[in-house]
Order: sequence, then C-alpha cells, then structure tokens
Amino acid sequence: MNRRHFNQLLGMGTAGILMPPLPAFSRPVSPEMLLEPGLDVAVKKRLADAAMNAAKSKGATYTDVRIGRYLNQFVVTREDKVQNIVNTESYGVGVRVIADGCWGFAAVVDAKSEADLAKAAEKAVAIAKANAKLMKQPVQLAPQKGYGEVSWKAPIQKNAFEVPIKEKVDLLLSVNNAALKNGANYVNSILFMVNEQKYLATTDGTYADQDIHRIWPLSTVTAIDAKTGKFETRQGLSAPVGMGYEYLQSNPADKITGITTRYNKGYDMLEDITAAAKQARAKHAAKSVEAGKYDLVLDPSHLWLTIHESVGHPLELDRVLGYEANFAGTSFATLDKWQSKSFNYGSKQVNLFADKTQVGSLGAVGYDDEGVQTKRWDLVKDGTLVNYQAIRDQAHIIGENESQGCCYADSWSSVQFQRMANVSLAPGKTPLSVQDMIKDVKKGIYIIGDGSFSIDQQRYNFQFGGQLYYEIKDGQIAGMLKDVAYQSNTQEFWNSCVAVCDEKDYRLGGSFFDGKGQPPQSSAVSHGSSTARFNGVNVINTARKI
Amino acid sequence: MAILTQAEAKRIIDKALSYAKADETSVSLTGGRTGNIRYARNSVSTSGEADNLALAVTAVFGKRSGTATINELDDASLEKTVRRAEEIAKLAPENPEYMPMLGPQTYLQTNTYAESTAKIDPEFRAKAAFDSIGPCKTKNLTAAGYMEDTTGFTSIGNSKGLFGYNRSTGVDFSITVRTADGLGSGYANPDVNDVTKLSTKAATEVAMSKAVASVNARALEPGKYTVILEPTASVELLQNMMFSMDARNADEGRSFLSKKGGGTRLGEKLFDERVNIITDPMNAELPLSPFGGGGGGGGGAGRFGGGSDGRPQEKVTWVEKGVVKNMPATRFWAEKKGIKAIPPPTGIIMMGGTESLADLIKSTTKGILVTRLWYIRAVDPQTLLYTGLTRDGTFYIENGQIKYPVKNFRFNESPVIMLNNLEALGKPVRAGGHLIPPMKIRDFTFTSLSDAV
Repeated sequence: MNRRHFNQLLGMGTAGILMPPLPAFSRPVSPEMLLEPGLDVAVKKRLADAAMNAAKSKGATYTDVRIGRYLNQFVVTREDKVQNIVNTESYGVGVRVIADGCWGFAAVVDAKSEADLAKAAEKAVAIAKANAKLMKQPVQLAPQKGYGEVSWKAPIQKNAFEVPIKEKVDLLLSVNNAALKNGANYVNSILFMVNEQKYLATTDGTYADQDIHRIWPLSTVTAIDAKTGKFETRQGLSAPVGMGYEYLQSNPADKITGITTRYNKGYDMLEDITAAAKQARAKHAAKSVEAGKYDLVLDPSHLWLTIHESVGHPLELDRVLGYEANFAGTSFATLDKWQSKSFNYGSKQVNLFADKTQVGSLGAVGYDDEGVQTKRWDLVKDGTLVNYQAIRDQAHIIGENESQGCCYADSWSSVQFQRMANVSLAPGKTPLSVQDMIKDVKKGIYIIGDGSFSIDQQRYNFQFGGQLYYEIKDGQIAGMLKDVAYQSNTQEFWNSCVAVCDEKDYRLGGSFFDGKGQPPQSSAVSHGSSTARFNGVNVINTARKI
Repeated sequence: MAILTQAEAKRIIDKALSYAKADETSVSLTGGRTGNIRYARNSVSTSGEADNLALAVTAVFGKRSGTATINELDDASLEKTVRRAEEIAKLAPENPEYMPMLGPQTYLQTNTYAESTAKIDPEFRAKAAFDSIGPCKTKNLTAAGYMEDTTGFTSIGNSKGLFGYNRSTGVDFSITVRTADGLGSGYANPDVNDVTKLSTKAATEVAMSKAVASVNARALEPGKYTVILEPTASVELLQNMMFSMDARNADEGRSFLSKKGGGTRLGEKLFDERVNIITDPMNAELPLSPFGGGGGGGGGAGRFGGGSDGRPQEKVTWVEKGVVKNMPATRFWAEKKGIKAIPPPTGIIMMGGTESLADLIKSTTKGILVTRLWYIRAVDPQTLLYTGLTRDGTFYIENGQIKYPVKNFRFNESPVIMLNNLEALGKPVRAGGHLIPPMKIRDFTFTSLSDAV
C-alpha cells in the first residue's frame, strides 16, 4: 500500500525509490507557482454550473462537480546532501452523476472552459446509463441540504509554500549534521508539504471552496556497530499534521518530557534527531526482550497506528459490507454485532470517536467530497460498538437519515468513496499522568513511536512494533529493550485496556498515505489518544540469525 | 489511443532536443491507456478508462538538474517545456552525486506488446466481469474482483545520442470469492501480457473451489510447519528480498548483505544450493522492457532518483547455486566502488523444477498449503524478518492429500531462512510480475492464529 512504499523512503533499500505517491497528473512546477492563486471562485462556480446543467439535460438526477488544484512539495536529504526537491501541481475536474439510478464518473485534466465541463458531465451520464444495465439496486442517496456558497480554510498560521526552499534545506541539513555529531552513521530527512485547493458544487445547492494544508517532517537515523556488524535505526517522533509551517516552530508548551521528549502541536526536529542518534546507538546495548505476557503502556506516538488498524479500518462501512473484499478485506465488526447493541469492542474505559473537525488533524475539512458538513460522532461508547463510518449512499443501511461526512477522493481524477475519518481514543475522565500510570505496573513495557505493523483482512489478529521500548519493573523504568513486537486480537486487546491518561496527555498521530480501493487511492488521517495501559499482552522476540 | 510509433516518438524527441541549450538534456515520452473494472457483492461497482500522453524534459547545467512536463506536443509547447526545465535546473541545488548522461546504447528487442490486450474495450471488460460473477451467482457465492489493463509506449532520448522505444501491454486480474455465510474465502491472481492467455472464468473457478473448500477451518497450534507456498504466496517475500540487495546499502553496513567487520556478502553462499535467481528481459514467458524509462541525468539514478536512467536491461544472475553473484548499484556508487552498474532487478525469475503444485502436495507427509500471504511488513531489516498472514485458502496436508482447511496463521519469517529450509521446488509460473516456482519449505514459523476468513 502507499504508506508502506513511502515508509521505504526512510528505511533500508531506499536506493531505488524516492518518489512518494503524488496525485494523478501531477506535473513539476517551480516553487513560485505553488503560491499563485488558483481560479477565482466565481469562475469555478460558472464552470461547475455548466457541468451540472449539462448533466441534468442528459437525464442526471444528481450531480457533483469537484474542481481540484493539488500542490505538493517535498525536500529529500541524506547526511550533507540534498537528494531531491520536487514541486508539483495537478489541476482538473471530476464530475459524478446519478442517472438511471446508477453512479457515473468522468474527469478532465486542465479543464478551462464550460464546454470542457459539459463534455465531462455528458460522459459521466453516458457511463452511468451503461452501468445501470448491470446494476442490482438503484443508488439510495441520503438527503442533504444545500449550504449555498460557503468556504472553509484550515486554520494555519504560516503557509509552508511561502517559506523559501533554502530555509527548508538549511533546516534539514542542520538536522542531519546534529544526527551525525551525536552518533549516527547515516541520516535521512524529508519535508513533505501539501495544499489541496478544492471546490465542490452539488445539485443540492452547495458551493464549497476549501483550502487544506498538511505538513510532515520525517527522519531516520542509522547507527552501525562495526564490531558486531549490526545496525539499529530510530525514526523521528514527529506526526504528520493538518498545519502550516508553524508545526516546525518549537514551543516549550508542546513538549512532553519524560524518558524521551515527545511533541504535541510544535515539533523540535533538531532536538528530536539529537535524541534519535543517541538512542539508535543505545539500542545496540539494549537487552533483547524475553517473550511473554506484559502490561503495555503505549504512548500516543505509537497507539495512533494501533487505533488506525484495529478500529478505524474495521468500522468503515464499505469494508463491513464487502466492497473491499478483493483488496483491503472485510471486517469482523459485522452489522449483527452493531445491531445487538451489546458487542464489547473494549473495556468500559474505551471510548472511540470519529471526528472530521479536530483542529490540526489531517482529516479536518468543513465539508466532505459530497457536500456534507463534517462533525464528530461516537463509534465505541463505554466499550460498546455503537456506530460506523458511512457516506450518503450507505447511510440508510445503518438506519441513519444523513451521512456522517466520510466521502473523499485523493484527486479530482479519482472517484470519491468512503474513507476513514479521524478516529481517536477519548482521554480518561479521571486525572491520570503517565508517571502515575507506570507506577502501578509490575511487569511491563513502555512503547514510544510507531514501527512495524500488520493486521489480517478482517482486523482480528495484529502485530505491532515501535521505535523505543523501555522495560517497566515494579513501577520503575528499568532500561531499554529491543527485538520487541506484540501480537493480539482486536477485541481482546481493547478489552485489556485498564486505564487511559487524562486529556493533558492527549496528542495526535497519523498517516499521510493510507491506501484503499482499486485502483488505489491514498488519504491522510489523524488519530488522537492519551497514553493508555493494556494488561497481559503477548510479546514476542523478533531477533533472528541469518 | 495515444500509442505513438517509434518514428513518431523519435521525431518529437529530436524536435524537443533541438531546442535544448543546457549542458545535457534528456526527454522521455510516454503514452497509453489504462482501463479497469471493479466489482463486489456480485455487482460492478466502478469502471473507467483513461488515456495519457506526457513528455518530460530534464535539463542539466553542471550538477544542477530540472524537469518540466507537458501533454501538448506542438513545436511551441516543446520549446516552452525545454526552456522551463532549463529555468528550474538553474535554480536547483547541486547534486554532488550527479552522473553524466549515457551515450547511445544497444537495447535488446523484447516482446512486451500483445495486440489482443491493446484491443480491450469497455465491453470486453464488462464481459470479463460477467464471466467471473456469473458462475459465483449460480453457486450462491460472492465475487469481488478487479481487472486492470494497460497498453502503452515509452520512448527515451538525450542530447548525447541515446534513443530507445518500447511498447508494452499488461493485464492484472484478481478475484476473491467468499461463501454466503462468510466462512470460506478463495483467491486467484493470474498475471499476463497477452489477454488471450487470461480466462477470468477459469481463475474465478479456482477461487470458487478454494472458497468452498475452506469452510469450517480447524485451528492448529501455531509453530513450525512444513509449508507449500503457492507462487502468489511467496512472491512478495522474494520480491522484498531482491529489492533489498542494493550494493550501497550493503557497503554502508545496513543491509542483510552487509558483512560483520565491513564489506558485503557478495560471493557467499547464503541459500540452499538449489536456489537460482535471475532476471532476463528476453524470457518468453516474462518479457520486459529493454531499458528503464527516463533517459538519463539524475544522481546516476534517473530523473527522480529511481533506477531509470536508460541503462540497458540485460540477463543478470543474482543468485547461483545459493551464492550471491550480483548486487544492483547506481552508476554513482558503481563508479565510486569500481563495480558494474547493474540496474535493480525487475521481473524476477526463480528457477524451479518440473513438478506441479499437485506433485508437491502428493509428496508431502504432513504440511500446510498456503494460497496467499497478506499484509506483509518488515520487522527487522537486518535479518529480513517479515510478518504477515495466510489468507484465502489455507489447508492441512497429510500423506499426500489435502485433508481439511485450517484457520489462518500469522507468520514471522525471513526469506533468507526460508530459502535455506528448502525441501522442493516446482515449475515456475507468473505471479505479480515475476516467475516463481511453488515451493516446499520446512520449519516455516507461524506465531499465532487468526480468526479472519
């Protein structure tokens, strides 16, 4: 999947792959062009109206038009070298219709005129009518009120594209230098920046103009022990976020100190890489874990990925229904479990919610890609499964009369479908610090950062690794461990959750490139949590000899 | 459809190069069509078709390079794009690892194009889906499948006289069949260039029989088992291993091919002596492009740092009788180390024997047949330890016969260890763009059970 390929950029075997996934039809541009304004909103409305009118005249009963301009910039470095700087732009229009009760979609690159849009709309209607012949049931679209002409802008402080490339290069090279000075043999660091300028018009009467920004600073250091021939790595503890360049402004209030410093809404890349270099070196001397049952204390920089895989994905309604059976898989969280109103997804401490409005999150937008205003809703309440993530043509299946706003396409050229909202673990209601949580653990492991991840196609059995592992003995951190991975079953795991720290510890992690669909589309999504404790989880030792 | 002939492509590339003022300029021109059809719950969910034609120019001044692209091919657009690439290049930082572009190359004549695939149209795709859904409906089974066909050309050229042109086609079809009660699931994923070699009905029937046969799976204790890995099961592990053989990573001490105390394990016997792995663009069953795209420039590694710099693809022996014989290297690294700059492997061919999958099963006293491995992720890059799960048809074998379906397992295993625990190899078949034999492996490590179907 996309995210895995992108992770390879930072890991071993990077020689051949230095291009992360970009929106379709992306073309190289100069950095200045990323700051040029897109089409005026009045022009976009005129174009969209042309498409909607053309579709209607050909018999469409519903139309949405997405005019998208997708801008990407990434800066890739290793040690003292800039390996790559890429600026890209992708512009075009996607038109989706319902005709004869069936969906049809057509897209057009570089669409400039009403005639271009009308042609795409007519093609979409023709496709819908052709597909209608093979259709089993007509599309049932949840009603949606029109919002008129509205706009939404991510509340960023500094557009990353306004920061000169030289400043970004200087930052990364200084970060690399700090890593090398502090014990790393090799270091890779990357800055990835995205701006999605999306305009959506629907025949329900919504014209939504949105401006979305994302940034992800990422790094890996490698420390080699020449004597043993072993190498160890440590990835940066940053999160990809829905923020501007201000994420890279270090702020003491956003630092969580402890066994190692973690970060909230501001990331100190220089400080983290310095720690990473020392920790990668220290891993060589760390104790290899003894396999067995441990109480796990999981930092939000780690737990986000477990939430993503074991809660976010299985509660996507299209997976539950079987639409992803040939690729990503189906789900153990079947409709009968939800209908029973008593399926124990987790312990009483477990409250999981979906939220497309969280400030600074990757999934935050004002309106989804079919004109539904975004919101927050519960998925698991006091341990019980209460809801899924759905879009307009699925809402009726779960008895909802409106969509939850989970519709997304990764490009104007891709057809929108159900994607994961930000899914998060609610913080504990009673005051609890990480220190107090660890104090009660007799035999445990404290895990920080995300690592290896794998889960089955129905989301039962999973295995996760991390970046840093610390042994907890009788309430104290006893030293660093290595070769750690834990295996569990989703329901068993969330039912072993005995405590969640309070909201002071709540932080977001996330994925820039979550993959789904055939042909695959990527989406960006955040997952928040406070540090949480899970009792008696099976830990394996991953050391091998070849 | 935007398939240009060699002469048309050469004319356009030469025209673009005629405008070039940089120290070195390369042009790549690609075009073609991709079509797909997707279905689930026995009904088509999406289908589409897209044409594409794009020209990319990379201009280089000293060690600074810039790229610009365009999809209009008139003279004015070509000139504008060359100028744009030159402007971007002048502003780019120097790449200390930049390697000069290659001069004229001699490329093999490979056969990667099938007219039958190029002729695929929406009706053909609809019929392919219908042939797959129909039999499932009749047997009260549920089909979810995807077919994607591609027809395209790539042409490359540069200011030093390099020119290459290749047309290719490909079809990827995958089908998952599930029983109505959700207790059985089967899969098939044939891989061809020529669509006349694909029967979606036949592939679906394989998935149907696996789905029906996998109902009521029994739980076996996790542990070490003799396994028969079908090519669709082993292909990703082998591919991951082959893509981890880069010479630079090994020299730098961060690869499974790094040697204790420095250097690499080139020339060492790392696998069972029956392991022989090559790539060969001329292989009749697995024809490949005779060159990587791009046309030159980059850090000795192509426009965006990939392995695509116009180096010819030739027959390469990677592993012979279990000994590591070659490792891929960028041109920069090859020059630095005084080694041959072999491009990274594509289209891996693992040699096998003559036995069929059925023969391998027949000769097994106790073992597990694995259709597919899924969600494979690296656990430790040092040992190439991977984890993942079996999926869509896992069966217990006793005394040469499939006895009953078993619940899916999670594995933690390294392909390096796996290829030392080799029991037998069957006749290679195409899977995932490679040519891989079914293989029997002893002591394959399953670490837990999964309830997933």
